[in-house]
Amino acid sequence: MIVTSPPSPVISIQNLTKTYSSGFQALKSITLDIRRGEIFALLGPNGAGKTTLISIVCGIVTPSTGTVSVDGHDIARDYRAARARIGLVPQELTTDAFETVWDTVSFSRGLFGKAKNPKVIERVLRDLHLWDKKDNKIMTLSGGMKRRVLIAKALSHEPEILFLDEPTAGVDVELRRDMWRVVRGLCDNGVTIILTTHYIEEAEEMADRVGVITKGELLLVEDKAVLMQKLGKKQLALKLSTPIDRIPTALAEYPLALSSDGAILTYTYDKQTERTGIDTMLNDLGRTGLRFTDLESQQSSLEDIFVGLLETPR
Amino acid sequence: MNWHAVQAIYMFEMARTRRTLLQSIVSPVISTSLYFVVFGAAIGSRIQQVDSVSYGAFIVPGLIMLSLLTQSIANASFGIYFPRFTGTIYEILSAPLSSFEIVLSYVGAAATKSTILGLIILLTAGLFVPLHIDHPFWMLVFLLLTAVTFSLFGFIVGLWADGFEKLQLVPLLIITPLTFLGGSFYSIHMLPPFWQAVTLFNPVVYLISAFRWSFFGQADVHIGISVVAILSVLGLCLAVIWWMFKTGYRLKS
Repeated sequence: MIVTSPPSPVISIQNLTKTYSSGFQALKSITLDIRRGEIFALLGPNGAGKTTLISIVCGIVTPSTGTVSVDGHDIARDYRAARARIGLVPQELTTDAFETVWDTVSFSRGLFGKAKNPKVIERVLRDLHLWDKKDNKIMTLSGGMKRRVLIAKALSHEPEILFLDEPTAGVDVELRRDMWRVVRGLCDNGVTIILTTHYIEEAEEMADRVGVITKGELLLVEDKAVLMQKLGKKQLALKLSTPIDRIPTALAEYPLALSSDGAILTYTYDKQTERTGIDTMLNDLGRTGLRFTDLESQQSSLEDIFVGLLETPR
Repeated sequence: MNWHAVQAIYMFEMARTRRTLLQSIVSPVISTSLYFVVFGAAIGSRIQQVDSVSYGAFIVPGLIMLSLLTQSIANASFGIYFPRFTGTIYEILSAPLSSFEIVLSYVGAAATKSTILGLIILLTAGLFVPLHIDHPFWMLVFLLLTAVTFSLFGFIVGLWADGFEKLQLVPLLIITPLTFLGGSFYSIHMLPPFWQAVTLFNPVVYLISAFRWSFFGQADVHIGISVVAILSVLGLCLAVIWWMFKTGYRLKS
């Protein structure tokens, strides 16, 4: 799938494939552009290739074929310039144990080629509510705090691009809120964010664009709003005054579903089409003598879309 | 060059030494002192001079080498293995760092530690036997060269190992026997001719011989041959590390 974007993407991935030495093909010809300053959510089930994709861009995994450029710098030929722009928050809680929070975050800044700057470190630690833990050894911190440390490390060198690999997996509500506040702040300052998450509502809330990946293939990349519009179904639920056993034959041609208790009739329609068919369906419903006491319409969530896409036979 | 990164890793490793001071510095000093007490004072007093040097003084270069080799390997292998074990290696791999810079910082720190250790042992030895160093400059050169070479070797071990037991394996089962059999406590001329010839296949013989030459001006093997042997091991280690980084061996999939 080739997705074209406006000029000068901040990350350009071309025909990227990865086959591990075990023979497992983790990525199958991925082509993807990430726009400067956007929040891009990569959705996919476990083993879809999300982490492999991120790891290749960050230089941790070697691609089999294909190219990746970061801000115009090829990740193989010009790896210094490419990597210096990137911050990575890994999925696993991989931290040192005996270092203090301050030391480990300062270490990361040096590692990425930046001169010491206590003010930047202080700001990052304060933003992540780590300031009062700065002299604590990492081993004494809770899992949530360690996650904050990993984010602080990734931000220590003021990256232009931030990768968050399942950042909210197993963290509490407070940290999640803090994290998204920081992410929004970064985005406001022009930082491009690429995240993978299982919490689809967060992608729905945070992302500008969504990519769906499964079995190493990018199924689609779309503006979130467009995706919701394009694939989003609406449903009209009618609460019947008297439950029924089955849908009357007069209504058989409509996309209707009956709840197990026979009390709710759900009509699914595509809101993109000009004629939703609601009026004729309701007329036909009236003719059958069925009465309803309440009605409710709702739009499918990104999660529904996501599950629907993955379930579609390919 | 990403000097900030080299400095960051180097200081990180040196900080680890400070945290584990007892293990890093004190315990090798204690064990070396015990060697002096046992071999130098207790048994050594009954041994006549070796190559016209008192036995206590004769074993000093060998003892320093014994610690230098094992500690260089232990420091360097642990330094690179531990981030692999905990997973923090992701940060090193994703940083704008060349393979050369990674090796320079880890091996540099390991070699610094073992060189300091070697000098501390030398000073400790001075408490037991009168020390005389014929060629102090060359003594330092050989000390550094050995520390760097075996830190490189330790780095290879740290990349190769896939468990803590393998980290112990090489120093314990290979390096310690080679050092003991490499003339730490005797001149290889004391061996029967056949074993003298066999011993020459042991690279540690050349290290100890060269180091002892810098102390006493006499060597088991010609100093030129020793220098070539040490540089060959150094070159071999560099080649192996180059290959490891080129192929991503145990670092990148």
